[in-house]
Amino acid sequence: MLISIYRYNPETDREPYMQDIDVDMPEGKDLMVLDVLNLIKEKDETLSYRRSCREGVCGSDGMNMNGKNGLACITPISEVAKNNKLVVRPLPGLPVIRDLVVDMAIFYKQYERIKPYLQNTTPASGRERLQSPEDRAKLDGLYECILCACCSTSCPSFWWNPEKFVGPAGLLQAYRFLADNRDEATSERLSELDDPFSVFRCRGIMNCVSVCPKGLNPTKAIGHIRDMLLSRAT
Amino acid sequence: MNLRKLSFDAVVIGGGGAGMRASLQMAKSGFKTACLTKVFPTRSHTVSAQGGITCAIASADPNDDWRWHMYDTVKGSDYIGDQDAIEYMCSVGPEAVYELEHMGLPFSRTENGRIYQRPFGGQSKDFGKGGQAARTCAAADRTGHALLHTLYQNNLKNETVFLNEWFAVDLVRNQDGVVVGVIAIEIETGEVVFVESKATVLATGGAGRIYASTTNAHINTGDGNAMALRAGYAMQDMEMWQFHPTGIYGAGTLVTEGCRGEGGYLINKDGERFMERYAPNAKDLAGRDVVARSMMTEILEGRGCGEMGDHVYLKLDHLGKEIVHSRLPGITELSKTFAHVDPAVNPIPVVPTCHYMMGGIPTNINGQAITRVNGEDQIIPGLYSCGEAACVSVHGANRLGGNSLLDLVVFGRAAGLFIEEQLHQGIDHRQASEEDISHAMSRLNRLDSNEKGEDTATLKRELQSCMQNYFGVFRDGDFMKKGREELSVMRGRIANLVIQDKSKAFNTARMEALELQNLFEIAEATAISSDERTESRGAHSRRDFPDRDDANWLCHSLYDPINQTLEKRDVNFTPKTVETFEPKERTY
Repeated sequence: MLISIYRYNPETDREPYMQDIDVDMPEGKDLMVLDVLNLIKEKDETLSYRRSCREGVCGSDGMNMNGKNGLACITPISEVAKNNKLVVRPLPGLPVIRDLVVDMAIFYKQYERIKPYLQNTTPASGRERLQSPEDRAKLDGLYECILCACCSTSCPSFWWNPEKFVGPAGLLQAYRFLADNRDEATSERLSELDDPFSVFRCRGIMNCVSVCPKGLNPTKAIGHIRDMLLSRAT
Repeated sequence: MNLRKLSFDAVVIGGGGAGMRASLQMAKSGFKTACLTKVFPTRSHTVSAQGGITCAIASADPNDDWRWHMYDTVKGSDYIGDQDAIEYMCSVGPEAVYELEHMGLPFSRTENGRIYQRPFGGQSKDFGKGGQAARTCAAADRTGHALLHTLYQNNLKNETVFLNEWFAVDLVRNQDGVVVGVIAIEIETGEVVFVESKATVLATGGAGRIYASTTNAHINTGDGNAMALRAGYAMQDMEMWQFHPTGIYGAGTLVTEGCRGEGGYLINKDGERFMERYAPNAKDLAGRDVVARSMMTEILEGRGCGEMGDHVYLKLDHLGKEIVHSRLPGITELSKTFAHVDPAVNPIPVVPTCHYMMGGIPTNINGQAITRVNGEDQIIPGLYSCGEAACVSVHGANRLGGNSLLDLVVFGRAAGLFIEEQLHQGIDHRQASEEDISHAMSRLNRLDSNEKGEDTATLKRELQSCMQNYFGVFRDGDFMKKGREELSVMRGRIANLVIQDKSKAFNTARMEALELQNLFEIAEATAISSDERTESRGAHSRRDFPDRDDANWLCHSLYDPINQTLEKRDVNFTPKTVETFEPKERTY
């Protein structure tokens, strides 16, 4: 199997390049892309990438595999390789620190911007706040986000306006708190999003939906926020 | 040596559940608090916890009582959990869990709007006399993810200073032996920084990567425990490693005990529900150590499944698609990815897999780290620990499912509260000298300057297979002696690791070399403690000493890294508000 990997070390390389590596795949085993990177790293320790849980819940190893963003640890080689070849690149649209490691500062900044925490100033009782299973179900498909950035870095609107457009990941979390009936800051949250860029730069391209490794639907959440903003304006 | 210095009131090493609960507490009170973590906080291993957080909030059963939870935990620990600590955890637990809910944690709910609780292993009502309890609070089967993200979010809200992707190398001590911070590498730039602090909290989680097969993340390399060992501090109960009954065969990824809590059960190759033979009452919800041993016995006696007969099956399909997909959505996903089965249709191939380190840095209830001087407990000034890295000890020889999330929230919070109080009173110590700092730099300097030696990847494989072969579910003196010999040869080789890549920016080769050295410290402590505890108790099961020996071993073990010997330390049997739970034969 030919693995072509994006390489760049700021200390030694004037510019990035693609390195082709022939990897002997163990027979009868369908490895994940992360396993293959680990095999390569055992021979070439200079290869850099992030990894942690290796089961698709920590969101460390988002990368671009044969043109599509995903998590290396839950992407089987058989699913992405074409003609016995796999091209691995860092997530697009973010500055590269080294090899497959990108600088995610702007992505996190947009997440922090939506105030991703429950706001409720009513003193709580000595027990939990009650919430019906129906109200709790409104958070399904939202709270599961793992902040891997596969969605935002596949979004052309985010590529163009990463400072102004919150991006699919941030907006999914914005809606997670708008949809939570325990949160009291709905109006403030909407006011902070009510401008031409934060939400409305979404053009419904839906790359975010097609790449989300957790099967979430940011476009739908963005649609709900639009509706809330519009119904507030009328 | 001119290192940049950053100063804080408190620095927490580790951005998992325990670390972020501690940092949240202190940041909330306005202290300058740093959370220094080698991965972005939500990549920490707490994120993988599935089934839930056990706590007597009396939602599933209005009569539930924290004392019943305490009884289960003491019994689960095979009677070497400290009863004062278990009492504290179980009684304070509800408050700590309600706080999480108030912070926004999206718990699953019951029809009347309360937090949903499911049955887990080792749980009972009425001190073991009232049958199975349902005491584990859950957010579907993604409780750890929900908890970790909630804590991160609330730390953002309270302006904790995050040093994300910083790697702590070693502790810095001043001339009085006070821990005054750590040497750390900012991974992105490779810069080495002295992070100075009035209180240093080690919340670095477990070290499951000492084994070849583990549910643990790649990052679980026991960094904090290894730093403490290198500083000469004692380590408690390091022979006690939990093997989780249901790791996915081949991949090692975890499927939650909640599967069995929801009604799933284990079968052998004949389709027999074999746990009925080993634990007639609790069956598949017996203690994890009991279930893991029963599975291994089935496999060793030729009743395992698959071509090699080396695993068993976890059956869930009888629960129906709706329950499996709604209550266990994460498990459905993991099974499809790693075992290529839909658990609503086919059983999941599973095998006991290293999961949790019950041992660790001995601490008191306030998170203060303890070591031994001339056979007496002594508090280490400036050093604290909580979560899996610590051994307070609430888990003793075997942890109950759902108790690790409770442990990390309760004791992360307790450490935070205590340090807060200390800071209010004023903490003053002498600054570290040049010499103190260069002492802490010696390991890193050696690695950076070493030109000849062995590489990380090869030695890591050797270490992991040694631990897997000689210190697994069943142990034997002769085998362990062999393992110890292999390890003593490995010590010099691992100290002499070489990295070819000396670059600064995001150099993961350097991290992995430092991590392997950390793993080795933990492995050796484990090996020596396992060989020296000549009995079987909880997760520590010896063929040559098959029985529990209360006359000699109803105690903690304390590993002394300087002399590489094992001491005994008393277990606490004096809870404050309830009567002592006396040791009994442990059956399920």
